Amino acid sequence: MTRRGRLALKALTWAACLGPLGWLGYRAGSGDLTANPISFLTNTLGDWTLRILLASLAVTPLRILFRWHWPITLRRLLGLFAFFYAALHFSVWLVLDHFFAWRQMGADIVKRPYITVGMTALVLMIPLAATSTAASIRWLGGARWQWLHRLVYVIGVCAVLHYVWLAKKANPAPYYYVAVLALLLAVRVGDWVKRALTRGRVAARTGPSPRPSPQRGEGA
Amino acid sequence: MLIKRGGDIPSREITDRALYLNRRQLMVGAAALALAPGAAAAAPPAAGQALGATRNKAYDIPDALTAFKDATTYNNFYEFGVNKDDPANLSGHFKPRPWKLQVDGLVHKPTTFDLDDVLKMAPLEERVYRMRCVEGWSMVIPWIGFPLSVLLKRVDPTGAAKYVEFSTLLDPQQFPAQRKGLFNFGGLDWPYTEGLRLDEALHPLTLLTVGMYGQVLPNQNGAPIRVVVPWKYGFKSAKSIVRVRLTADEPKTAWNKAAPQEYGFYSNVNPKVDHPRWSQATERRIGEFRRRETLMFNGYDQVASLYTGMDLKKFY
Repeated sequence: MTRRGRLALKALTWAACLGPLGWLGYRAGSGDLTANPISFLTNTLGDWTLRILLASLAVTPLRILFRWHWPITLRRLLGLFAFFYAALHFSVWLVLDHFFAWRQMGADIVKRPYITVGMTALVLMIPLAATSTAASIRWLGGARWQWLHRLVYVIGVCAVLHYVWLAKKANPAPYYYVAVLALLLAVRVGDWVKRALTRGRVAARTGPSPRPSPQRGEGA
Repeated sequence: MLIKRGGDIPSREITDRALYLNRRQLMVGAAALALAPGAAAAAPPAAGQALGATRNKAYDIPDALTAFKDATTYNNFYEFGVNKDDPANLSGHFKPRPWKLQVDGLVHKPTTFDLDDVLKMAPLEERVYRMRCVEGWSMVIPWIGFPLSVLLKRVDPTGAAKYVEFSTLLDPQQFPAQRKGLFNFGGLDWPYTEGLRLDEALHPLTLLTVGMYGQVLPNQNGAPIRVVVPWKYGFKSAKSIVRVRLTADEPKTAWNKAAPQEYGFYSNVNPKVDHPRWSQATERRIGEFRRRETLMFNGYDQVASLYTGMDLKKFY
């Protein structure tokens, strides 16, 4: 892809990711955050955290399924925006909802499974956000960096569980996210199995062989 | 960010909306009568129309009323959809009239009432009640109606009647969420049913409700007729009721069927008994910023004697 194309994609992604925040700001400015503004802010920020997180998890499946390589340009940006929305979501809970009632919030984190997994997802996002620079890849070494960033699967599962466990039973919305996450993970598993089988066949044909070299670009 | 703060005016000091609307209604009515005799009297009251009622000051509370706009745009009424604004957005075509209310089961005089007969059954009272949602928010609403006991005594329950079951209208034409679509899983088992023990249903607090804020009940708030049981979580107060049935056995209730561990038959507001997934110790009053402590029985201590000797952790 051309440099100009990459820039355009990134600009579009910035706009798309800042859009929900701008929309919330506009509604806040016009006093239109519903009858329960804190709950509305928390839920909207949570929704967008999940959406952007799932978008970042779609990068590899898009390559596997359609041989699209351009989304990789956007993965870091999407991951950082997911963290940004997660941090805002948490801040609303901390400041507006509970106003630093640490004891009560601590009890909730331990006692309420949906909050436990939500906090887990948020905490696990911190090292990923902190090592998102090219310098940290060099510092950690590619393989170790990749292993660390596989935490995103744990984060994705925790984040979706967080929604499933907090929503009321009659609300189907969390299950749409379950379906999308399951699909994204299934594509990876399918690809992994396919490559394992291919390796097996190649190994059988050529006899004993040196350890297969690590595949490139199979990260999150 | 603008967060609306609740007013500091206690409900008892606010001019009775029903009264001033009544005055206007009288003037408008007089004008209409003068112009077209007979026409004004024939039109049945519809949502948004004033509904006369006398404030029952015995139930006044110091809490400020929730804004009418909030009480009519932030609703749980899953027949319209799971989002809080679905009921307000999707109830425009709902037809609350004509309406029949069937009252039967273990009664000596089973009767199907026309809504207009119900409206004439007893003088309409206005009562300001707290409303606490199981989700952890609350409102203060001036309802209009009369005690459910009036209706129940009219049909004369038999000695075997121990419970009352309420059924909401089943009509996928009018309630979009009752339609079964491709992705329609996880919903409630329609029609929505709720229930009370007979002594709870006969308690003077239990209000058969036809209006709020001096008006005919808006569609999104359960038009044309619902119950309001202020010491229980909001979902116990069934909306758009078509049937009241007296039974010997505890009726199955919609949320209990959907999640038995989470929603019991009693569902009394109780800060000491948490929902399995969240705390019920505090609540956010709509219009206020800070959470406030949730009160036992939502502050209606007069119902405590109904539960003497019962373990309310077990009978949640």
